[in-house]
Amino acid sequence: MKIFVLVEHRQGKVRDITYELLTVGRELAEKFNGEVTALLFGGVDEKIDRLKKNAHHIILVEDEKLKNFNAELYQKALVPILKDEKSYIMLIGHTAFGIDLAPALATELDVPISTDCVGIQIEDDNFITIRQMYGGKLNAKVSFCEPGRYIITARQAAFPAKDGNLDGKVISMPSPVGEIDYRKFIEYVEPPIEGVDITKADIIVAVGRGIKDKDNIPMVEELANALGGVLACSRPIVDAGWLPKERQVGSSGKTVKPKLYIAIGISGAFQHLVGMKGAETVIAINKDPNAPIFNEADYGIVDDLFKVVPVLKEKIQELKKG
Amino acid sequence: MDIIVCIKRVPETAEAEIKVDPNGKDIVKDTLNFDINEADNYALEEAVLLKEKFGGKITLISVGEEECEHILRMGLARGADDAIRITDEKFSELDGFATAQILYSVIKDIHFDIIFTGCIATDDGYSQVGPTLAELLGIPHATLVTSIEVKGGIARVHRELEAGLLEAVDIKLPALFAVQTGINKPRYASLIAIRRAASKELKVLSSKDIGLEEPRRKIKIESLFVPPVTKRAEIIEGSPPEAAAKLAEIIKEKGLL
Repeated sequence: MKIFVLVEHRQGKVRDITYELLTVGRELAEKFNGEVTALLFGGVDEKIDRLKKNAHHIILVEDEKLKNFNAELYQKALVPILKDEKSYIMLIGHTAFGIDLAPALATELDVPISTDCVGIQIEDDNFITIRQMYGGKLNAKVSFCEPGRYIITARQAAFPAKDGNLDGKVISMPSPVGEIDYRKFIEYVEPPIEGVDITKADIIVAVGRGIKDKDNIPMVEELANALGGVLACSRPIVDAGWLPKERQVGSSGKTVKPKLYIAIGISGAFQHLVGMKGAETVIAINKDPNAPIFNEADYGIVDDLFKVVPVLKEKIQELKKG
Repeated sequence: MDIIVCIKRVPETAEAEIKVDPNGKDIVKDTLNFDINEADNYALEEAVLLKEKFGGKITLISVGEEECEHILRMGLARGADDAIRITDEKFSELDGFATAQILYSVIKDIHFDIIFTGCIATDDGYSQVGPTLAELLGIPHATLVTSIEVKGGIARVHRELEAGLLEAVDIKLPALFAVQTGINKPRYASLIAIRRAASKELKVLSSKDIGLEEPRRKIKIESLFVPPVTKRAEIIEGSPPEAAAKLAEIIKEKGLL
């Protein structure tokens, strides 16, 4: 069994997910008595010593067109490497890149794919992936209907990266990618911060879907003010246009590390949790006792936020005067 | 501009308690509300916005039983022209590939410039149907799309990357776009439009009609289970005022006031 790992890089640097995938890859290689091959397309602007430590082989396809990610071109580069292999696991990050690439690649190769996996295990000789459903409220054990070749996209930060001590050999390959006219990378766009920079706050009070209406947001903002903190939110609040994008905590928003993080009406989907994991103390207020946020929080109140938040604000004000 | 929008009916689970049913492979659904998948709702609105700009026809497609006619009619009331429901007893336990294969069997015979899907379904979370369908049709795609501007047969789209970063990409039409939530502000249908849509005929197709006897499943859900808990919050008990008072004390003790 061969293990392939797609090296994900952006703006000249290898991204963390790559080392997480390589760690999983080495564990699988040990189980299956195989070797890990890292696939580096386009090249990066940094030394690849760490990649060498973590893979047995590195296939390097140097091509300016592959420097920036492009799902169509990456697929064209991957297919010739994989199409004649009979037995392999291809690991790709479940990232903005992987989501764009992996399902189409699996379709062209006619290989089964399991996406957004948080666990990989062998049970009675069956290859099983664990993936989350219903916003992280349940896990699913997923098996493959056709054995032999597997494509797996792994969730970011689900598999901790541990560096190996290999000395991977670099194999340069000519680029199989020609010019295409149907997809072109133009540029990266970074939205400017116009108001509050929540990443600098010591105390954050974040509001989520449970708030139900825009008119209820001031209630939470008053609590934030009473604490001397800033107001932040989860994705649905930004999607609804109730707060600006710069207030969003999560994988597509900001990563914050405050001393205190209070999550109000936030169920705790993975995309939100990755943005606030670094908080020192986390408090959650949510009416669903099984909400995943309670597995991340230090303290929780399981109740109606509309009953808890106003009195909490009063108690904070009393203690501050106190 | 002719547009196809693929939509899915899903249970609303973000704010609900979820339980695994006795067979262990699905959830208990009879206590849950169902509606159009969140990202699909934005995809539908994006289609209506493009139709308002360029004209053309919007066709909605959903794979599902009779209950999913509700979301198709809501889509018609919001501005779609036709709705197709694909249904068959054999279409159970569909994975992302099987769903894409069913959609492909219908869409291959329809004219379109753009296909929209949501970028993720809130139930299974596969994020797979859009790009798989595009590959089957042999057209380019982009996922996690947060804006679209069409000019001369090319769409300039923004894709959402991590940490607030976006990438601008040009995609030649015909193409498929898997839309991210928040791309627009989905409208509500007027009462008159809802009434008009209620009597509109929906096209219902079976596996025979679409020439796909058995969609091919490539993965299988063996079981569902509650994720193992590695850490659990200390739950503060009591009435809201009692719990709030205790919590305020904890915040004070930690020196955070």
